[in-house]
Amino acid sequence: MKKQEYLDLYHQMVLIRRLEECAAELYQQDKIGGFLHLYIGQEAVSTGLISARQPQDRVITAYRDHGVAINTGIGAKEVIAELLGKATGTSKGKGGSMHMADVEKNFWGGHAIVGAHLPLAAGMALGDQYMGSDAATICMFGDGATNIGFFHEALNLSKVWNLPVLWVVENNQYGMGTSVARASAVGEIRQKADGYSIPNAIADGMDVLSVRKAAVKALKHVRSGKGPFFLEFTTYRYRGHSMGDPERYREKEEIAQWEQTDPIGIYQRYLIAEKIATRAELEEIEMQAEAEIMEAVEFAETSPEPAPEELYTDVYVQAG
Amino acid sequence: MAVKTVREAISEALWEEMERDEKVFILGEEVGVWGGTYAVTKGFYDHFGEKRVRDTPIAEAAIVGAGIGAALTGLRPVAELMTINFAFVAMDHIVNEAPKLHYMFGGQMSVPLVIRTVSGGGRQLGATHSQTPDVIFAHFPGLKVVAPATPADSKGLLKSAIRSEDPILFIENVTLYQTRGEVPDGEHLVPIGKSKVQRQGSDVTVVTYSKMLNVSLNAAEELAKDGIQAEVVDLRTLRPLDMEPVIESFVKTNRVVIVEEGWRSYGVGAEVAARLYEEAFDYIDAPIKRVAQAEVPLPYNRNLEQLAIPQVSSVVEAVQDVL
Ligand SMILES: Cc1ncc(C[n+]2csc(CCOP(=O)(O)OP(=O)(O)O)c2C)c(N)n1
Ligand SMILES: [Mg+2]
Repeated sequence: MKKQEYLDLYHQMVLIRRLEECAAELYQQDKIGGFLHLYIGQEAVSTGLISARQPQDRVITAYRDHGVAINTGIGAKEVIAELLGKATGTSKGKGGSMHMADVEKNFWGGHAIVGAHLPLAAGMALGDQYMGSDAATICMFGDGATNIGFFHEALNLSKVWNLPVLWVVENNQYGMGTSVARASAVGEIRQKADGYSIPNAIADGMDVLSVRKAAVKALKHVRSGKGPFFLEFTTYRYRGHSMGDPERYREKEEIAQWEQTDPIGIYQRYLIAEKIATRAELEEIEMQAEAEIMEAVEFAETSPEPAPEELYTDVYVQAG
Repeated sequence: MAVKTVREAISEALWEEMERDEKVFILGEEVGVWGGTYAVTKGFYDHFGEKRVRDTPIAEAAIVGAGIGAALTGLRPVAELMTINFAFVAMDHIVNEAPKLHYMFGGQMSVPLVIRTVSGGGRQLGATHSQTPDVIFAHFPGLKVVAPATPADSKGLLKSAIRSEDPILFIENVTLYQTRGEVPDGEHLVPIGKSKVQRQGSDVTVVTYSKMLNVSLNAAEELAKDGIQAEVVDLRTLRPLDMEPVIESFVKTNRVVIVEEGWRSYGVGAEVAARLYEEAFDYIDAPIKRVAQAEVPLPYNRNLEQLAIPQVSSVVEAVQDVL
């Protein structure tokens, strides 16, 4: 890896962290409505993962999608504009926090029905296989989503049809307030892939370099025509499931414990210890991210609301 | 009588029925430790324990399916679907298993299951999370669909639903939980399948249910300022549909506006209008009007979403049109 690549990973994670902190504030100011699921704590997963993709690779995820959107190359401007429901947002203000997408960046969306996007991912991988493309489909989802039928149907199909799809579970220990132990028959989610004979691996989702390494390997497998691969990343969300979560299901000490391995903190220490970057260089990146977010908020706040006629557009491709 | 919110009324109904009958138990996502996504089952887990307040994985088909199975053995499950938007994941069990078993096996099996869920939009949750598809479920013979609006009806109907021998979809509305109203003390049961006049009037009949009852009542107050007296009939149950109070009112007013939160096409308005044509044709003095949601998947943007959902002004205008 070149120095700039290391720095880019740092930039992405810091940018996402700032963006999410800013989103929480905008929510408190009542500028964001609906549900808001923050990605704070999980930044390393999509950052490491998507840094390993090639442009032809598709990405699809669940509703906890702001960080994923940023990593696919969507600007903080478009993300925040969508959060504010503005016409300049990723989905013209029609989707909101849970439904961001940019097809040109090969980001096929945040999807809010738990597990429902997994069969879609299988279908996209089928499309690429059908047309003889070497693209892989990267499908991200939470631990909770592995208990719903969609998951099992999609994994099975991907193996039966040898589809080029990389299944990625972000195991952040909880689906809303229900721990993996209380909801899943197996503690390591990747064991479920064994049930479908899908090769799999587990890696530390708090360590962006481990994530990247695992992703590079997995994508190589998928791209070489060997069929699906399954990756589990161990991670943690520091904030509630969504804004307003009473968090009765976990202790403060547990959060504090996981904060010791804050993905940004450990990566920062690593970069300095390995003399890849100086503290000053990292601070510069942090300031730059801060400025990017300020500019994005300014952009979003001054962007127009969608016109009332927009209510009736996009219902069909061919209206009438 | 005491004044309570819809949330308190539903919670009380559940609590009392669980105290009364040990066979009543709850299963669903976040019903236990969390205390219910909308805090309806807050305190239940600590009081009744994990045997009777069962947190499930995110698996709606299994929630309803296992509810049906448990009901077949004689238990009285109350299955909770976090919102009605997730009911589609359990569609087979809701419409193709629960309502069929009693009939298909010649009356041998019964499914005393209540599925509680939450419908409605207006909270900027976007297209997949904001629907009011209540009417879809009312299409299926064998399933009863109850959708109360007031605290008293919420309590009385839920208690009746839990005691019923048939599968019932009990639809709450996300924006109604804070609604306050008087609830009778002690044993309070409201029969399933009975519509009710919630406001008397002689000029026009407004037929509605659930959240749109409040909107319609507010519209009636507006209209009263201009001397127009609207009679508001609350269907309370979508299947079996009780047309009697509707027709009684219509015979008097000869004018009707039907108000629902969901989409217009094939909706409650269509059904009620058709029944009026069939059963009260001679009394029709003006075109029947429907007020319903714009026929689009609901957008996230606040202004656009509000534009799509029926408002007090939409009802007022519709009434003025039929007068
Ligand atoms: C089919 C369905 N059921 C329930 C929900 C409500 N819900 C939204 S997120 C969530 C928890 C999902 O947990 P997980 O998959 O682990 O993802 P995380 O939130 O941890 O990122 C639930 C139950 C939903 N959106 N869709
Ligand atoms: Mg999770």
